[in-house]
Amino acid sequence: MPVSQTDLEIALKNVLNVSHLEITDTSSGCGENYSIVIVSASFEGKTTLARHRLVNELLKDQIAQMHAFSQKTYTPKQWSDLQAKEAADATMT
Amino acid sequence: MFSRALQSSTRRAVLRPARVAPGMVLRRLLSDDIRQKLDTAVHAHPLVLFMKGEPAAPQCGFSRAVVQILDIHGVPESKMQTYDVLQDQQLRESIKEFSQWPTIPQLYVNGEFVGGCDIVLEMHQNGKLEELLEKNNIIEPVAAEAAAPSSA
Repeated sequence: MPVSQTDLEIALKNVLNVSHLEITDTSSGCGENYSIVIVSASFEGKTTLARHRLVNELLKDQIAQMHAFSQKTYTPKQWSDLQAKEAADATMT
Repeated sequence: MFSRALQSSTRRAVLRPARVAPGMVLRRLLSDDIRQKLDTAVHAHPLVLFMKGEPAAPQCGFSRAVVQILDIHGVPESKMQTYDVLQDQQLRESIKEFSQWPTIPQLYVNGEFVGGCDIVLEMHQNGKLEELLEKNNIIEPVAAEAAAPSSA
């Protein structure tokens, strides 16, 4: 049963304060494998495990229909730090 | 070994549907028997991994990644136990219920749920996995000069 990106987006944005979201269908368009990146201030103060459990709960029905699911979670600060680091790494060949 | 233990209890339904009101957390879907067996299993070895396939032949990229990471850290076979959920559909469903985690692989260290592939990979990259394995006496601390990070 394929899951649509819109379903995932709605489920997340309904509850989390999402500042950036990347949803990648890694099943070549079949809607069966997803990899997501979520940036949200709602993750502040939560361990990675707690963040993942929160997302798992929000996407419980959708994940149950997928073959594979992976996620990366960041607070807005962690995300901007990461962007800065990647930009710096890219200039250092 | 584990699937034989589970099979003896599958003559009656082990996953009983619960009558629940909307919003109620479904925590009693597992029979006490299965819950007890899983609880025993996750405490029986310092490191327990529920995966697809086995370390020598993982059947999924995420399971393979976790096995490779544990291998990089030198986790000895004597400290770990793996379970192949592809061999046992009961186990595959019940461990997700037990851990309240929807995917496989699932790593337990000293009876405590650590995470799936994403978390194990992140912990490997930020040094927290090594710390956890050392703290739980699964691996020996590595001497500082021997642990030179590889440079880009």
